[in-house]
This record gives sequence, C-alpha cells and structure tokens, in this order.
Amino acid sequence: MRQEQTIPEEPGGRPPSQNTAADSPETDTAFWQDPDKRAVIFQVAALAVVLLVGYYLFSNTLANLERQNIATGFDFMDKEASFEVGESLIPYSAADTYARALLVGVLNTLKVSFIGIILTVVIGTLVGIARLSTNWLLSKMAGGYIEVLQDIPVLLQLFFWYAIFYDVFPSPRQALHPITGVFVSNRGLVFAVPESHPVHTAMGIAFLVACAAVYFLRRWARKRQMKTGRIFPVFRVSLIVLIGFPLAVWLLGGAPAKMNIPELRGFNFRGGINVSPEFAALLMGLVLYTSAFVAEIVRAGIQSVSKGQTEAALTLGLRPAMVLNLVILPQALRVIIPPLTSQMLNLTKNSSLAVAIGFPDFVSVANTTINQTGQAIEGIALIMAVYLFFSLLTSAFMNWYNQKARLVER
Amino acid sequence: MKQVFKCCAVLVITAMIFLPLSAMAGETLDAVKKKGFVTVGVNGSLFGFGQPDEKGEWQGLDVETGKAIAAAVFGDASKVKFIPLTAVQRFTALQSGEIDVLCRNATRTLSRDSALGLNFVQVNYYDGQAFLVPKSLGLKSAKELDGATVCVLPGTTTELNAADFFRANNMQWKPVVIESTAELAKTFFAGRCDSLTSDASQLAGTRAVAPNPDDYVILPEIISKEPLAPAVRHGDDEWRDIVDYAVLAMINAEELGITSKNVDEMLKSKDPKVQRFLGVSEGNGKALGLDEKFAYNIIKQVGNYGEVFERNVGPDTPLKLERGLNALWTDGGLMYSPPFK
Repeated sequence: MRQEQTIPEEPGGRPPSQNTAADSPETDTAFWQDPDKRAVIFQVAALAVVLLVGYYLFSNTLANLERQNIATGFDFMDKEASFEVGESLIPYSAADTYARALLVGVLNTLKVSFIGIILTVVIGTLVGIARLSTNWLLSKMAGGYIEVLQDIPVLLQLFFWYAIFYDVFPSPRQALHPITGVFVSNRGLVFAVPESHPVHTAMGIAFLVACAAVYFLRRWARKRQMKTGRIFPVFRVSLIVLIGFPLAVWLLGGAPAKMNIPELRGFNFRGGINVSPEFAALLMGLVLYTSAFVAEIVRAGIQSVSKGQTEAALTLGLRPAMVLNLVILPQALRVIIPPLTSQMLNLTKNSSLAVAIGFPDFVSVANTTINQTGQAIEGIALIMAVYLFFSLLTSAFMNWYNQKARLVER
Repeated sequence: MKQVFKCCAVLVITAMIFLPLSAMAGETLDAVKKKGFVTVGVNGSLFGFGQPDEKGEWQGLDVETGKAIAAAVFGDASKVKFIPLTAVQRFTALQSGEIDVLCRNATRTLSRDSALGLNFVQVNYYDGQAFLVPKSLGLKSAKELDGATVCVLPGTTTELNAADFFRANNMQWKPVVIESTAELAKTFFAGRCDSLTSDASQLAGTRAVAPNPDDYVILPEIISKEPLAPAVRHGDDEWRDIVDYAVLAMINAEELGITSKNVDEMLKSKDPKVQRFLGVSEGNGKALGLDEKFAYNIIKQVGNYGEVFERNVGPDTPLKLERGLNALWTDGGLMYSPPFK
C-alpha cells in the first residue's frame, strides 16, 4: 500500500500527501468524524437492535405461549392427523400423520400450480399473438378476453366457476354422458383410463428414451446445417419419434387395451379418473385470470421488436413462420421472461385461494392442522416456508432460462 | 449516513412500540373494564346460535351467553362487541387476545383444553353430530353412506368424528371442506355433496334456512358427544370464573324458578338461596370481583337458560329443537348448577 502511494501512477491521481493524511492513524481526526468508521459503528448498532428486537419477539412469544400452556414445537408432525383429505396424489387416510397430510397438501398445490402455469403460458401466448392479428374479429375478441378477465378479482372468478360446476351440472345419477367412458356431473368429470399394466412403465421409459433421442437429433441437425447448409425436418421427425417409440413398445407388449371404465355405484362413480369440481374451478379461474396478464406481456414483448427486423428478415427470404421463430421470438423473449416469472409466482400464490372453494391445497390442510393442534405459529411458519421455497425455485429456474435467452453479444 | 440514522430511529421506535404491548397483556377483567365492552367471538352465520337478524342485530343462544357475560361485568347486556369467526379462525383469535371469550358452539375436548391453551367453562348446549341428507336419496341410516361425498367444516371436531365414523364402519367417503358455513351450506343444497355433517343443532339451523327445508332429513344416528361450551384463555382464573358463573347463573335461575319477568318480585323472596343468588344478601359478587347484582342483571336483561333456549332454538322457533339433554337435571337433562353460595 505505502509503496504505491509514494508513486503516483497517473497524472490525474490524487497527490500522495493527501492520501497519507486520510489513511494515517496519527492524524487528529476523531473516529466519530471519520465517515467510514462511523458507518461501521452505526451498522453494528442497527444490527444489534434488529437482533435484540428479533430475540425479544421470539422470547416474548415463547413466554406467552408457555404462560397460556399452548404446545410449541413441531412434535405434532408425527401424530395421527385423523382428518380426511378430499383428493390426494399419494395414498392417504385419516390414520396417517400430520406430516403426510401436509405433504398431500403441498402436492395438491404443486399439481394445480404446475398444470396451471403450463396452461397459462400456452393460452396467454396464443391470446397475445391473436391480439396482434391483422384479423379484426380475432384481435377484438382477444382484446375483450384480456379486458374482462384482467379486471375481475380472481376470488370472484373462482366462485363463479365453482358455482357453474355445482349448479349447472346434474347429479351423478343424471350425469351427462357425451361419449363412452366420460361422465360429467356435479361430482366432476370422470373418464376412463387404461387399466394399469406393466407395459405402461415400459412405455414411460420408451418416451424418455425418445426425448433423449430427439435432443441428440436436434444437435446433430444443427451441426449438419452449420456445415452443409442443408435443413433437416427436425420437428416432424421428433414428433414421429416421440409418438412412435412408446407406440411400438405398446404393440410389442401385446397391445393391452383393457379400460378402467367408471360406473355409477351407490352415490358416485367408481373407477376411472375423477377431476373434481373444486380442482377444475380453481384451475380454470387461475388460468383464465393469469393468462390475460400473460397475453399482454407477450403482446408487449412482440411489439418491442422493431418492425424493421421483420422486414429485413422477409427481405432475406425467410418464411413468416421462420421470421417468428428465428428473429422475433428470440428478441421478444428477453422482454417477456422477467414479467412472465412474476405472473407464474402470482399464480402459485393465488392458488392458496383454494380454501374458499374447498380444494384441499396446502393452505387448506395447514389451516385444519393449525386448528386441530392449536399451533398457529408453527403452521403459519410452515406455510410461509413452503411458498417461499416454491417462489424461489420458480425464480431460480426462470433466471436460468433468462440467462439462456439473453442476447449473446459478440 | 442519514439513512443509517433513519434506520436506527425506525428500529428504536419499533422496539418502543413492542415493549409496552407485552406489559399490557395483563388480567382480562381489568382490560375489559378499561375498554368498556366485552369482545365475544361468535359464529356469524349459524341460525339460532349466532347470526345477525334482518335488522342487523345479533341473535342466538351463543350471542345471549355473550350478553350475559356483559351484564355480569358491566350490569349492561349491550356492552358487548361480537366478532364473527370461522371454525378455523376461532381458537387463534382467542389465543392471540383478539377476543375475550369464545361463544361459538365450540366442543370441549381434551386437546383443546390442554395443548390449545384454552379453558372451557359450563356447557351451554349438549349436542351430538349427525348427518343431514336430501329426502330424495331415501336413506334410513348413516351406515348406508358408504361411498358418499360429505360436506364438512374444516377445523372442527365434526371433521375428525366423520373420519372416525367412516373408518370404524369400514366405509369409503370423500370430504368437501369449505371454511365458510354459508358457502358450505350453499354447496350442499346445490347437490355437490350427498350429505352435510355437523352438530345436530347446527344441522337444524342449516335446514331451517334451506330453500325448501322439507326436502331434507337428519339421519337418526348421533355419532359423537359434542358438549358446546364458551372458552377463555388459560392462565386467567378470575376471568374464567366470571364467564363460568355467568352461564351457571342462567341455569341456576331456571332451577330456582326465576325468570326475566318475575325477577323483580323475587328480590323480595324470603328464600335464602334466592336472596344469595340475586345479591340481596351479599358475598357472591365480591367473591367473583363483580357487582353484587350480577346475577340479577343477567336474569333481568337476558333471562334464565330455559327462556334463552326457547327463544332461540326451542320448539317454537324454525329450529324446533327439544330440550332433551339440555333440560334441567330435575327434568332428566344434564343442566346442573353448583350452589351459589
């Protein structure tokens, strides 16, 4: 340090004498007059206050809970939940633990968020592109869709869809029966599924293999195009591979076609797969609401690419589909991704409104748990932790994607 | 630097706000007297127990219990504020001090008395869980509900009892769990569920507001014991006693034959039990930290238990409930008050 100070490196640098004055401890500047030291002191003080307040709140809460004899801690997690949950992705009964009940809730939240996000992006993109269409009717319809759905609170939309499901559709005994194996009633949509068979696992593996094959095919096609300029029909071939592989395995496995057809027994349908009105209403409300926002984001993203780019691409002889894929979308994505991420987070967080219409999402199960165990603080902490985790995970993924979609500057 | 100053100032001020808050959380009675009214958590949408009428005035058995507590503390049954709570919110609201007492058809259970940090007082309605079904299903017994979809309120003992009942009888079922009582009833009446399960009294109240009450029947099985009682927080015995004896005063008055109509005449009674009860001979009020006339005020302004029962849920109301378990012990019921001495 000292050595460098004695040798001024550039003419514009500060004179060495001044530098020594500021850094030397021998000078008579008191520490409270030194901005750097003062800053440290204040930061330490601030941190201490924060910690003290935090400690005070924590210990005060504990003391209060103790005084009122309220149980604390997470011991309740491995006690028997003894309440039933309406729908579950994993086997669950009232004899299972609270931890498992909460896991059922987390998976239900994940299910609705995952399917919801995919549908939202697809519908939102379609509507956003339709909004920019030169077709007057299409554009106006997309405009109406966006304006109406964006401006109605999502909770009202949920109530609306739920009421449609239970008020409009008939009881199971008079269920609508549009095609074989499909029943629509106020208990939800029930449809036939293939009866479980070992071949299905093999088909799943075949599909994964096909995915890997498509990945390598694309890399190979791109390399070949770089080298020779010849274009390989990647999309069509991929489609054939993705469908053909599992299909071939199915045929080799003896083509088991036995279906698990739902039938009305007693109060409700047994067999098949049931999409409950609660799930359908929640998904519909969330997807329609969020997709209206996504449509606007997509429209803005596409419009942010200047028209000259399209014209230039067309002049080079690219077809309109290629213009969209190779010129417009890569540039529009940079504008679209960040606000799209926040809409995805919104959808996940809004899924907690499921409580209002009886879908057993995580908040709903956690609320019941809080009420049965009386441990509100632990329950709320769990809810916060789970949503924080989901949100951070989604952002991390989208940030990674954003990095990938970034304009590569050479 | 200014920012750091600001941050510090903000934090210090925050700390100062928090400190007195904890010091304030003292004795409930003093706090209630200071603010001038009792805050009572009630159901909000349960006909006969806690619901505002068409004029916006609170009505119901639980509401009148709350008024009785206000009459005991202030000598004025109107010094009470009702907070409607869902089943999920109710205990947290009491634990956190948002309400002073919970009169919301809550069942007394061991875990609520212990792990939840609550104290239940004298039961103001002995109930049991049943199933409400549409007549059109033609059911005779709850044992025929195998495979049914059942609407149930979350966070209730009923939710657990129903799970127990179906498990014990080895039957399948599917719960539809909606937090709002009104929304749940609407869903049931629309046919989303085959059955609605809850306390029998609550089912009677729900049926009374059905679009067509005669289309629904309550199945005969009572699958649980549901002693519904007001609850207070652990750790304040003085307040617990007050709430307890406010409820007991109504029962004791019925035992002694004192009603809101004859209570003024009864003041002249020569019976020492009546004299002690109404505060003519002193001692009871002081022991509870209340006015000597607290029982008189309750009976004068609210009425005895029988009156309150008949007025809100009895045979002449749309609920048409019989006294049954809720009759006095002398009439074969469970209502029994310790001596007021």
